[in-house]
Amino acid sequence: MSNTQHTGIGRTPYFVLTGGLAIIFLFPLLWSLFASVSPQPGTGQTIGFGFGNYATMFLFGAGLPLIALNSIFVSGLTVAITLVVSALGGYAFARFKFWGSDALFLLTLSILMVPFASLIIPLYVLLNKLGLSNSLLGVSLIIAMYQLPFATFMMRISFEAIPRDLEESAMIDGCGTFSVLWRIMLPSVTPGLVTVGLFAFLAAWNEFFAPLIMLTDPNKQTLPVAMANLRQQTMGVINYGATEAGVVVMAVPCVILFLLLQRYYVRGFMSGAVKG
Amino acid sequence: MTPDVPDAHAARGGLSFFVRRQLMGFVYTIPTLVLVVLLFVTPLLLVAKMSLSSWALLTGEGAYNFPKNFVAISRNQLFWPAVWFTIEYTVVVTILLLGLGLGLAMLVQAQSRWANIMRTVFLLPVSLGLAAASLLAYGFYSPSIGPISPPLEQLGLIQGPIGFLTTSLSALMSTTFLVVWKYAGFYMLILVVGLQGIPDDLFEAASLDGASARQTFRYVTLPLLRPSLSLALILCVTGSLLAFDQFFILTKGAPDNSTVTVVQVIYREAFQRQNLGTASALSIIVLVVLVLLNALQFRFLRGSDRD
Repeated sequence: MSNTQHTGIGRTPYFVLTGGLAIIFLFPLLWSLFASVSPQPGTGQTIGFGFGNYATMFLFGAGLPLIALNSIFVSGLTVAITLVVSALGGYAFARFKFWGSDALFLLTLSILMVPFASLIIPLYVLLNKLGLSNSLLGVSLIIAMYQLPFATFMMRISFEAIPRDLEESAMIDGCGTFSVLWRIMLPSVTPGLVTVGLFAFLAAWNEFFAPLIMLTDPNKQTLPVAMANLRQQTMGVINYGATEAGVVVMAVPCVILFLLLQRYYVRGFMSGAVKG
Repeated sequence: MTPDVPDAHAARGGLSFFVRRQLMGFVYTIPTLVLVVLLFVTPLLLVAKMSLSSWALLTGEGAYNFPKNFVAISRNQLFWPAVWFTIEYTVVVTILLLGLGLGLAMLVQAQSRWANIMRTVFLLPVSLGLAAASLLAYGFYSPSIGPISPPLEQLGLIQGPIGFLTTSLSALMSTTFLVVWKYAGFYMLILVVGLQGIPDDLFEAASLDGASARQTFRYVTLPLLRPSLSLALILCVTGSLLAFDQFFILTKGAPDNSTVTVVQVIYREAFQRQNLGTASALSIIVLVVLVLLNALQFRFLRGSDRD
């Protein structure tokens, strides 16, 4: 009864319907795994099943190791920048109101109103002027900036949820504000930090538009752009198998993180959903 | 390492505790301030300036030329078809995503092990990147290794391969299917939060009054879900109007530039026609439209909270 209380359908149709939908949702993911090891004429995997497509992908362009390293570097840097900036900012917005703090908080949130597509052209010009053209740091900074509204909001409400007596007693014991943040506040906001870090990682790992425009040097490319180029490698033949191998390489970390940290993932989306 | 006891400082005649706390707050927000000013406020001002100037990709800043860039973009052959196509895509995707999201939400809102597993399954494609999902679909729709067209051909059920991306209508439908598959779980989650916020006694009262499932949905669920539905609507409309990755990877605007979106026009102006001035003019137009739309929908959202 509890499964179906508001939907008005019986028990058996409920299981058949949800089970059928689940198969439809899982099918493309399972198919891409299957396709990545399937044979295709004119590719690295012509007969039988095997890892020929992965070998093709491994050697493509600047090579998978370098491309993957670029992706890991951009993602790690984005996570680090986002965590440091939003933890310090969120702590200040939650605890140290100063002249202009509300304005700065609102300005940070207003980033959400401005589409990334509208800023990409001036950002391209700006990064060139700052000597950050073809720079992984430049791309990380841009992605981190777009994480700031969510991250700062998340950290602010996390810090605000901590009882004030905790830090007051520490201050009386002689701790400075930074050591209060480091020793007492940060351990209490771990769930917020994990949520912010997770979203920053996924955003950076999956970002396509910014690297496409900012990183023209083939040695600086990240996975999504490199894998989109991979399919057109051989004359005439589109290597679908290698493309799907690339999809698997990009998707596996996301799926693993999602399954491990689903609680934080849902929490992040919920804070967005509740905020309205 | 002097002890940081507030009273000691005040007694020594230094800055008062209050001023010191304000100063600390400012210091902690310096990284935020730098990032926001450097990478948000500055490009915002720069794009306005660029839209008013002649600005080529290679030679850079030129003379002030308003309104030349705006006139040029409105006369661009791609512009109006792209606007209509983007709107068409947004309407189709929004209807399907909100409809399916609501359906899924009602199916998985129960607190049971099965419902939890289903929730995880429907959320799984959300964790993928849009570029990865688009590349997945690129193979999925292919005539050589896709799981639909080649098997049907081998069975003799169809003559040639199914052209999932060959006509403008099929390309739109195929891309829509990909986007709905990838994002349905996200909208399901927003609406599950909304559904779980509706008190159970309202449903009990409805069923005691003899309301049918349809009546309960129409007169209890839908009205109380309005805030969540509005939020989902905002996110879906703004996200779809800015579509880029999926069309860039799946269709590249083909066939005959019939699936070019507005953001793709920005990209082409800037990096194919190498005119950053007109690209900036279009960026400003997109910005204004999106901000207005956000403001409008935000008011609608606020209004729905009051009644």
